[in-house]
Amino acid sequence: MKRFRQIATTIVAALREIFDESAYSRFLTSRGLSSCPGAYAAFLCEQENRKARRPKCC
Amino acid sequence: MNKSIRILIWLGVAILGALALGTIALHRGEEINAMWLVVAAFCSYALGYRFYSNFISVKVLALDAHRATPAERLEDGRDFVPTNKWVVFGHHFAAIAGPGPLVGPVLAAQFGYLPGTLWILAGAVFGGCVQDFVILLFSVRRDGKSLTEIAREEIGVVGGFVAYVAVIAIIVILLGAGALIVVNALKSSPWGVFTIAMTIPIALLMGLYLRRLRPGKVLEVSVLGFILVMLAIWGGQWVSQNPVVAPWFTLTASTLALVIIIYGFFASALPVWLLLAPRDYLSTFVKLGTIGLLALGIIALRPTLHMPPLTRFIDGTGPIFAGSIFPFAFITIACGAISGFHSLISSGTTPKLIRREPETRMVGYGAMMAESMVAIMATIAACVLQPGTYFAINSPAGVVGQSPEAASATISSWGFPVTAAGMQALAQAVGEQTLFNRTGGAPAFAVGMAHIFSSSLGGQAVMAIWYHFAIMFEALFILTVLDAGTRVGRFMVQDALGHVWKPLGRTSWYPSILATSALIVAAWGSFLWQGVKDPLGGINSLWPLFGICNQLLATVALCLATTIIIKMGKARYLPVTLVPLTWLVAVTFTASWQKMFNPHPRIGFLAHARQLAASAAPSHEISHLIFNDRLDATVTGVLVCMVALILLESAFLWISVLSGRMQARVKESPFVATRFASEEQG
Repeated sequence: MKRFRQIATTIVAALREIFDESAYSRFLTSRGLSSCPGAYAAFLCEQENRKARRPKCC
Repeated sequence: MNKSIRILIWLGVAILGALALGTIALHRGEEINAMWLVVAAFCSYALGYRFYSNFISVKVLALDAHRATPAERLEDGRDFVPTNKWVVFGHHFAAIAGPGPLVGPVLAAQFGYLPGTLWILAGAVFGGCVQDFVILLFSVRRDGKSLTEIAREEIGVVGGFVAYVAVIAIIVILLGAGALIVVNALKSSPWGVFTIAMTIPIALLMGLYLRRLRPGKVLEVSVLGFILVMLAIWGGQWVSQNPVVAPWFTLTASTLALVIIIYGFFASALPVWLLLAPRDYLSTFVKLGTIGLLALGIIALRPTLHMPPLTRFIDGTGPIFAGSIFPFAFITIACGAISGFHSLISSGTTPKLIRREPETRMVGYGAMMAESMVAIMATIAACVLQPGTYFAINSPAGVVGQSPEAASATISSWGFPVTAAGMQALAQAVGEQTLFNRTGGAPAFAVGMAHIFSSSLGGQAVMAIWYHFAIMFEALFILTVLDAGTRVGRFMVQDALGHVWKPLGRTSWYPSILATSALIVAAWGSFLWQGVKDPLGGINSLWPLFGICNQLLATVALCLATTIIIKMGKARYLPVTLVPLTWLVAVTFTASWQKMFNPHPRIGFLAHARQLAASAAPSHEISHLIFNDRLDATVTGVLVCMVALILLESAFLWISVLSGRMQARVKESPFVATRFASEEQG
C-alpha cells in the first residue's frame, strides 16, 4: 500500500511538473504571494519568454 | 538477489530478445503477431539500458554521484530546481515525444515492417539514446548550457554557427512538413476540420479559465478541455452528416493551407497565455493519455501484421517516397531512432532540473527508449492494415492515378490487392468521403489506431469515433508544435536581428514581433504551399528534407560529443559516439547527394526541375515548381557544406589532441561536492 502511494505521489508530482503547476507554486513561494488572477498573470508574464524559447521536439 | 539468478534472468531476456528478433527477421511468407515486435523491443531496451548505458556511465562518462549539478549549485526556484528523477523523466519525455515518431515509421512501412523495426531498435540503443544521454551529461557539467554554446566553446565558432543555422532550418522545414500532414489529414473532411477548429475556442476558453477563474489549476482545466474536445469529436459526426453545415467545413488543400498559415501567424503574435499555453497543456494531456492507451490496446489485442517484412519497394521505386532503403529508411525514421532535435532538449530545460549526476542515465537514455517504443507502436499501427489499404491511403494521385478504380488497379498490380468498393466501405466506416491519396502518414496511422482501438473497445460501431480521435490527436499535436515552433523561430530571428538593430531584438516590441512572426510563417508557409501544389504529394520531398536536417543536427551533436570524449582523455572509448556519427555521416551525405543530384526525377530535386522544364509548356505553376526544386536542392547543399565544415574543424582538433600537438582541456564547471550525498549518508 505504501509503495502504491509512493508511485501515485510521484506520478502526480510528474504531472504537476509537466503542467507547470509546481512552477507556479514555486513562484508563489518565492514571492510570498497567494494564488490570485494577478499573481498568475505575473507568473505567466515571467514564464512567457522562457517557455516560448523551449524548442518543441519533433 | 543472488548473482547467478541475476545472470540467469538476463540470459533469459537475451535469449527471448534473440528469438523475437529472429522471428521478425527470418519469418517469410506468413503473417506474424505484433507482440513479437513488442517483445523484441522490450528485450533490446532492457539489455541496452542495463549493460550498454551502464558501460557508458562507468567507463566513458564516469558519472560522479558526489559532484553537485547546476540544479543544486545555481538553484533559483525558477530554471534551476533539483527535481525528483521520475518527475524529470516525465518532463523530458513529454518534451521529446512529438509527431515525428508517429509519422516517420508509418511512411517507412512502405519497405515492409523489417527495415523500420531494426533501425528503430538498433538506432535507439546505439545512437539516439547515447546521443541524448551524453549531451545531457555534458550540459549538466557545463551549467546547463545549450548545444550551440557548448559547440562554440569546445569546437569553435563554426560549430556554434552551424548548430544555430541547422536549428532554424529544422524548425522551418519541420513546421512546413507538419502543416502539410495536417492539411492532408483534414482536406475534404468536415468532421476532422470541425473538431480541430473547435480546439481553438476550447483553448481560448481554457486560457481565460486559467487566467481569471482558477489561476494555476492546469491539470483541472486540461481535464475540462479534454472533455470538451471529446464532445467536439462527437459533434463532428453530426456536422459531417448535415447537408447545410457540412460544406462550411469541407475545405480544399489550398484553402486549408492558407487557414493554417494565417493561424500560425496569430498563434505566434497573440499573448502566450491566451492560446499557446492552454493548447500546449491540452496537447500534452491528450498525448500522454493516447500513447498509454495505444500501448494497452496493442497488448490487449495482440494484432497480426499484414504487411510483409520486406516489400518490392526496397529497390527505391516506392510510391510514398522514392529512394532505396539506404539511405532513405534512415532519414525517414528519425525521431524514433535518433533525432538531432533531442539534443536541444537535452541541453535545454532538462539539465537544469537534474538533481544528481547518475540520474542523467535514466532521464537521457531511458526517455529516448520510451520514445523509441512509441515509434514501434506506430510501425505496428501501420502494418496491421492490409498492405493494399495502406498503399491506397498513402500513395499520391500523381503515382497511382486520379480515380479510385485506377488507383486500385495500380496498387493491385503490385501484388497488394485492394478494391475501390472496399476502400469506399472503409471510408464510410471511419466517416470520411474517401481514403484514397491521403498522403502524409497521419490518416494511415489514424486508420490503424482506430482498428486497434475499435477491436479492443466498442467494435466497428465506434470505428469512426476512434479514427477522428486519432486524427484530432495528431493534428492537435502538430498544431501545438506549429504554435511553439513559430514562436521559438521568431525568438531566434529576433536574437540574430538584435545584433543588427537593437530594437528588433526586443521580444516585447510589437513591430518586431509582427515582422519576425511574418518572416518565420512565410518561411514555413512557402514549404507548405510547395507541398500542397506538388503533384507527387509534397511529403515525398518535404519529409526527406526534414529527415536530412534532423540527422545533420544529430551529426553535429555526436561530433561535439566525440570531441569532448577525446578532450576528456577517453579516446579508447571513441567508438561509442564515433560509430553512430560515422553511420549518420554516411546516411545524411548519401541522402543529400541523392536528393540533389540523382538523375531520377522522383528522387533528385534538380532532375525533377529539369524534367518539368523539358516536358511542360511554361506556365506560372510550372515555374513555381521548378523554383521549389532548386530551393530544396540549395537548402540541402548549404546545410551539408556547413556540417562538412564542422566535421573538418573537429577532425583537425581530434588529430591535434591525439598526436599531442594540442593540450586537451574541457571547459567543464569546477567540481563542487553535492550536499545530497551527505544527506543520504546522514
